[in-house]
Amino acid sequence: MSAVDIAPAYRDNAKLRRGLSRRKLLDRVFVVVGMSVMLICLAVLAVLFVDLVRDGSARFSWNFFMNFASRKAEIAGILAAWVGTSLIMLVTATCAVPVGVAAAIYLEEYAPKNWFTAIIEINVTNLAGVPSIVYGLLALGLFVYQFNLGQSIAAAGLTLALLILPIVIVATREAIRSVPKSIREAAYGLGATRWEVTKDHVLPYSTGGVLTGMILGLSRAIGETAPIITIGALSFIAFLPESPVTSEFPFVSFKWLSDPFTAMPIQMFNWVSRPDQAFQANAAAAGAILLCMTLMMNGVAIWIRFRFRKKINW
Amino acid sequence: MQTSEASDKVSARRSQETSLQNDNKAAAASGTPRISIAVDDTRQVRALNVKAAVDNLSFYYGQHRALKNLTIPIADKQVTALIGPSGCGKSTFLRCFNRMHDLQPDTRYEGSITLHPDNLNLVGPGVDPIEVRMRIGMVFQKPNPFPKSIFENVAYGLRLRGVRNRATLAEEVEKALRGAALWDEVKDRLPDSALALSGGQMQRLCIARALATTPEILLFDEPTSALDPIATAKIEELISTLRDQVTVLIVTHNMQQAARVSDYTAFMYLGELIEFDEAAKIFTNPSKKATEDYITGRYG
Repeated sequence: MSAVDIAPAYRDNAKLRRGLSRRKLLDRVFVVVGMSVMLICLAVLAVLFVDLVRDGSARFSWNFFMNFASRKAEIAGILAAWVGTSLIMLVTATCAVPVGVAAAIYLEEYAPKNWFTAIIEINVTNLAGVPSIVYGLLALGLFVYQFNLGQSIAAAGLTLALLILPIVIVATREAIRSVPKSIREAAYGLGATRWEVTKDHVLPYSTGGVLTGMILGLSRAIGETAPIITIGALSFIAFLPESPVTSEFPFVSFKWLSDPFTAMPIQMFNWVSRPDQAFQANAAAAGAILLCMTLMMNGVAIWIRFRFRKKINW
Repeated sequence: MQTSEASDKVSARRSQETSLQNDNKAAAASGTPRISIAVDDTRQVRALNVKAAVDNLSFYYGQHRALKNLTIPIADKQVTALIGPSGCGKSTFLRCFNRMHDLQPDTRYEGSITLHPDNLNLVGPGVDPIEVRMRIGMVFQKPNPFPKSIFENVAYGLRLRGVRNRATLAEEVEKALRGAALWDEVKDRLPDSALALSGGQMQRLCIARALATTPEILLFDEPTSALDPIATAKIEELISTLRDQVTVLIVTHNMQQAARVSDYTAFMYLGELIEFDEAAKIFTNPSKKATEDYITGRYG
């Protein structure tokens, strides 16, 4: 009466083999499905991009970058728009990154785990999902009227900073959390204070992730239209903001912060809504350039991540 | 056979120490408490300086009492090993010495660990855990060098203490690396990343990092559990030589290791101290049944 005599059905090798080939088939089916879904997404993006480039091909020239908007489609350019976008991004980055990184460090390294920080955490995550127009309305009331910033580059930059703050915070927390506990213990064990552990170890080792989060946030901000329309971006501008660099001491000027502005998506929106068909080419060209800017930023993010990963692998 | 060999070695070491002890008689007479353990009539009661006296120490994670009324003397410039099955509280006990538990919320100490000669209660409520960690070094289970250069790893503790002078740093780093038997292997590549070292070298680097700040006690939390036998042998040899400069407290779940490296051994079970004695005695003639069962492999 040995147990081997009554071998159960799942010990039948022929059956096992048949079952195995069926399971392997399912494995392959998933690969095919996943692959095709991914290819469809890529194809849509590629078609969109190619279409934009084809439609706007007539406009790609040096003049397109160096001309202001105009009533004539052939000579209308994006000078005010790309300068405006660049300056807004500068303000956004200088405001959102320090605040976001500091908030993330506090939440991750310092804050006690209680109901209060739990509420903050839930709120930060939820803020990332608030529609951008709501940020626009908030900024209109707060920055434009309350703080009297007017319809300026500063107001636009602060608005977008608010918008990407949750993205920066979440990405930074993620990066900080990836620093192993053993490294923190090593530093604490040598007698480091919390701040020394943060500044000497946690921050330097998570720089890659922090920078990636910053760039992903900025590439979201660069395409945002609704909030900056709400706060009153002009769509037709024939002058540049004051130069940040001057020939007189102290050689830097912050007057540009209070200048009116336009931005790439606003310019596109303006051209698309014109009845004149010729402007559609301008819109397509501007769209392609904006897309390139975003892709470039993402490329930089990937490169940074790759570099830091190579230097530090736990 | 092996055990008698081991005890021969131990007694040889002892006689050396006794002479050393006599030299320090003046210091010892000044009121520093001493260890006297041997209860056996046939053995001479040996007295040694106590570096740290653990008295009635209990430790709580929230409501859970992880350590129960531990009382152990830690002998100065000796190796004390903590053994016991997984979960018995050896690491928890070890981490009381440099207040690592303070990094977690809702933890509590009761009783005292008095550091001699200045009678500082390491777990006292008014004592700054950072000060404690600056005086008591620790080497962890998994080698955890910083992803910085070899030099910076060793220099970090000194930098925290405000040492800026390059020559002083270089000198201290070399001394610490020599002390950790790593200097010859890394002297030509101090600016290279510490992550390029092998596991055993990394662990010796961590020992050098801790030694650089001349700690009064060096804690080892299962330092060889992630290493191969050759690297383990090197670390054990190193721990034996460290005895001359620093008091060592080591947690190990490897009993042979405890027998090889320690002068005193404490056997713990479920948060309690079952037996504490000279290593040679614990491993050859334990007085408690539980200890004997553990070291003979009945459980664990």
